[in-house]
Amino acid sequence: MDWGNFAQQLVNGLSLGAIYALIALGYTMVYGVLRFINFAHGDVFMIGAFAGLYINRWLKPFFTGLPEALSTAVVLLLSMGACACLGVLIEKLAYKPLRNRSRLTVLITAIGVSLFLSYSAQLIFGAAPKGFPNLFNSTTHDLPGGASATTEQFVVLGVTVLLLAALRWIVLGTRMGLAMRALSNNPAAASLMGVNTDAVISFTFALGSALAAAAGIFFAMLYQAIDPFMGILPGIKAFVAAVLGGIGSLPGAALGGVLIGLIETLVVGYSQDIGIPSGYRDAVAFVLLILILLFKPAGLLGKSEREKV
Amino acid sequence: MLEIRDLVVGYGEITALHGISLDIPRGRIVTLIGANGAGKSSTLRAISGLVKARSGSIVFEGENVTRLPAHKIVGRGLAQSPEGRMVFSNLTVLENLRMGAHLRRDKAGISADLDHVFALFPRLKERLQQAAGTLSGGEQQMLAIGRALMSRPKCLLLDEPSLGIAPLLVRSIFDRIVQINQELGLTILLVEQNANLALKISHSGYVLETGRVILEGEAAILRNDPGVRAAYLGEA
Ligand SMILES: Nc1ncnc2c1ncn2[C@@H]1O[C@H](COP(=O)(O)OP(=O)(O)OP(=O)(O)O)[C@@H](O)[C@H]1O
Ligand SMILES: [Mg+2]
Repeated sequence: MDWGNFAQQLVNGLSLGAIYALIALGYTMVYGVLRFINFAHGDVFMIGAFAGLYINRWLKPFFTGLPEALSTAVVLLLSMGACACLGVLIEKLAYKPLRNRSRLTVLITAIGVSLFLSYSAQLIFGAAPKGFPNLFNSTTHDLPGGASATTEQFVVLGVTVLLLAALRWIVLGTRMGLAMRALSNNPAAASLMGVNTDAVISFTFALGSALAAAAGIFFAMLYQAIDPFMGILPGIKAFVAAVLGGIGSLPGAALGGVLIGLIETLVVGYSQDIGIPSGYRDAVAFVLLILILLFKPAGLLGKSEREKV
Repeated sequence: MLEIRDLVVGYGEITALHGISLDIPRGRIVTLIGANGAGKSSTLRAISGLVKARSGSIVFEGENVTRLPAHKIVGRGLAQSPEGRMVFSNLTVLENLRMGAHLRRDKAGISADLDHVFALFPRLKERLQQAAGTLSGGEQQMLAIGRALMSRPKCLLLDEPSLGIAPLLVRSIFDRIVQINQELGLTILLVEQNANLALKISHSGYVLETGRVILEGEAAILRNDPGVRAAYLGEA
């Protein structure tokens, strides 16, 4: 066994998993408050990457002389802010008018929103992939055990940990987070407490979309090319991650994302040893989805609805 | 304090309330009794804004609150402990109580009210960090009432606090309701199927039948009414 190679696969899998985790959190949070899967979420991820590209381009002249960490943070935060607004807008325009309709109606609408965003992006940005610039000087760092990691991978992992900590604080430690949890547990009781349901739902979309934007920029940083349909596969895999972790559970979504990222990377890295051609990498998530639905429909950290009552 | 006039409430094709009128005077305990499906919970849901009135009016302290959204009603001083308790099962007892104070910012007042709730229901204090869903039915009822009190309401709406609770505990919860009324001076609208007990602690009452008020008056008089005795107090 080549441990150096294994450690390398872990590093690669973790950084991919961090991205899936950030996207998965948005699915699971929206599911928590509205009980539906926002299939347009992968497109918010894509728009986040484009926002990063253009914000960086526009602000480039102002960045001269600034430390790279600062300019990267500015690009990241502005893109997150832009996508937070986009998420709120999507909810207000597309989903809110359907608040009392059947979930299937909302689900189909979400698919419509997703297509609308992809093709609008194609119209505006063109169908050809665009190169994503280096936001900072990157080198390769040697890790103990013979593996190495790029600066991008360090940034992705480090910032993801920070974002998860911030999210944890918001959800567990603030009044808004408490209202979110109450709303997802019992909407009628929450409004009896004076919770403004619409405000909490908007906040949830803002939060989830901001995390998706960060994921989009991280993805662009690692793969250095973006296109209007880049959100489809990561979006679906992150959805599987949310189901794997237990839909509605935030720790579950984070864990699910990391697991999917790791498994996908390991399957590709060891494709010859295990006899699965690496071209099947995108099928891994779907096989997992089928297995979860068969053997543990509530997910790893989820509670089944029956237990909750 | 709370005046309801000709309130009509329906769900789709069904009309649950065919124009009822109630008066809940300040400082009183008023009870609403009636059989299953009479429209008791619908009345409370309409007052709290969880269902919209088709017509009629709900006036609280001189303000027409009929069209206010649910989340604004509690800010006016009307809190409800709903049917089936509806505690936030995956939140802790303490978080549930904090949710009751969701609209308040006065930290000192909130912690004083927490102490007050613990004085009323000492069991809640022993279970602060326990998930509310793991409490017994009686404890959940205490939590639902405590949570409603945390908004520091002027008027408390209680929907079947005796539902599914052992008789001994029901007595104790009803004692607490009287205490809330007398010590805190809260006005209470109490919905009950346990008419006997409800009429014992109330000042006045209304009897609801298929969405209409069929009888109203002083609690003592209702208790001696032959019709009420036959229909709701289990006497032939
Ligand atoms: N969400 C709903 N959808 C349709 N009909 C409803 C709904 N809620 C209540 N109803 C109907 O309205 C009528 C009154 O119901 P309500 O819950 O107010 O009765 P209740 O007096 O509280 O009864 P119980 O003692 O069983 O709690 C019933 O006929 C009931 O079937
Ligand atoms: Mg009822």
